[in-house]
Amino acid sequence: MADYAHPETLVSTDWVAQHSKDANVRVVEVDVDTNAYNEGHVSGAIAWAWNTQLCDTTRRDILSKHQFEKLMSESGIFNDTIVVLYGDNNNWFAAWAVWQMKMYGHADVRIMNGGRKKWLADGREVSTEAPHYAAGTYAATGPDNSLRAFLDQVQAAMQGRSHVMVDVRSPQEFTGEILAPPGLPETCQRGGHIPHARSIPWGKACNEDGTFKSADDLKALYGGEGVDGSKPVIAYCRIGERSSHTWFVLKYLLGYHRVQNYDGSWTEWGNLVGAPVERGAASAHG
Amino acid sequence: MSEATNPDTPGLKVEGFSERRIDIDGWPVNLVSYKIGEKFFCKADNVSPGARLARTNAATREEAEQAAIARAKELLSRTRRREI
Repeated sequence: MADYAHPETLVSTDWVAQHSKDANVRVVEVDVDTNAYNEGHVSGAIAWAWNTQLCDTTRRDILSKHQFEKLMSESGIFNDTIVVLYGDNNNWFAAWAVWQMKMYGHADVRIMNGGRKKWLADGREVSTEAPHYAAGTYAATGPDNSLRAFLDQVQAAMQGRSHVMVDVRSPQEFTGEILAPPGLPETCQRGGHIPHARSIPWGKACNEDGTFKSADDLKALYGGEGVDGSKPVIAYCRIGERSSHTWFVLKYLLGYHRVQNYDGSWTEWGNLVGAPVERGAASAHG
Repeated sequence: MSEATNPDTPGLKVEGFSERRIDIDGWPVNLVSYKIGEKFFCKADNVSPGARLARTNAATREEAEQAAIARAKELLSRTRRREI
């Protein structure tokens, strides 16, 4: 992990096996499929459900500062706790949780490289006990909205060609062939992508075992599509979780400073009356 | 720092992790299965993006996989491809 811009944001499965029960470490599993944790998880790990605990369940938004502080406190997390996140699907929603934790200023948050998949594939021990920790005290800062893109910013960025727009969905969603990931409900009125966006599916950042590709491979992957840190980047997907994975890669593994996650993503853009939509393959970049 | 309130219990070993790619009605599907304790678990996902289609468990790997494949097939049949 030494070649990454911020190797301190990753830990190995070995590290977690040795430190998951340290008093200053809290391991949290965040899965796409919230039932996965119940099958068995890293001993000492708690779980956060992305669809009830990592969003406002009344209006469409991320957690408010108050809600975030409450979640941290109830999870036995203090401001100086080392939080290690991991999850299924190569850390999809773990990255979503990292994004929110960074928005609210948590100092030391890390991803377990390889996520749940690698832990299971390694044949490590799991526990079915759900631990409970005494409440912590927590004061958040922010939110740091420089990490987040809102609709008006995305519209301006598209019109001014001021940012590189990275669409991290599957190629079929990008072209408009399908309106949602295969097997999932269609959640938009129109298919396609934001004009001038580059198609770089999120999963290309990972190896077969779920770990992140090397810094050189990542530079080649994104650089080949014109994402090299010279221009600010806005990443988007369908609801903002896959793009938080790409956001993490660009910001912490490659060290690009100006990277925003557009969590409104295609469920916002693809439902907007009058929004410009491009269909088919990406046009030549430049 | 807070301590966990419930006592440690012996861990369960994950055994026989297996992952393979199959095709269901023209859609690539990733099938993952493994054993924890006395149960076999299986997850079918749609490869790209990797969202879960089915998660099952059964006494044998074959039963768990067949149940996951059946559910995945049902869900994938609802996805419409459009002309571009």
